[in-house]
Amino acid sequence: MIDIALYIALGAVGLAQLLAMARLVIGPHVGDRILALDTMVINAIGLIILMGILWGTQIYFESAMIIAMLGFVSTVALARFVLRGDIIE
Amino acid sequence: MLIDALIAALLLSGAFFTLVGSIGLLKLNSPMSRLHGPTKASTLGVGSLLMASMVRAFAHDDGSLHEVLVMAFLFVTAPISGNFIAKVHLHKLRGKPDLAVLPQGDSWASTSRE
Repeated sequence: MIDIALYIALGAVGLAQLLAMARLVIGPHVGDRILALDTMVINAIGLIILMGILWGTQIYFESAMIIAMLGFVSTVALARFVLRGDIIE
Repeated sequence: MLIDALIAALLLSGAFFTLVGSIGLLKLNSPMSRLHGPTKASTLGVGSLLMASMVRAFAHDDGSLHEVLVMAFLFVTAPISGNFIAKVHLHKLRGKPDLAVLPQGDSWASTSRE
């Protein structure tokens, strides 16, 4: 039962990643692109957790943690740069 | 068996909310309402997937709570990044013209109303 749910979840999160990438490509403004990148980072965390469940290991937890931190920092830096033209004033 | 059903339900709900967040990001038609789509993916979606991972780790061999770290980090940082993206929309899109000059003193400005 877990296997079927896991494959359905992998397909759904992969489809969500593709939809977010479509918004990243067509997004009319730069804020939409930053938001789409943020969503793609969140979906990547979900995919990595699903792969950790699938292969039955706990190693992928650290990579999920690091991707969460880097995604937050990169989102804030991008928004800051677009808004102010500078990251650290 | 019951544990398996719980893990499967958590996985399916997490996948559902993640997909709903991305569909909302793609389908909503103004930038400010697009901002509210992926919040479901970052709270309910990834939260449910992490809960499933935790329940599975407790059910099989070695349970640990370190997935709570990722969950807490996402819950803390999601409003901050949302606020920054909303500021980009407000200032760049709605054309509020009073973007400040870079501060020379010790103030940290985002508008010039200081």
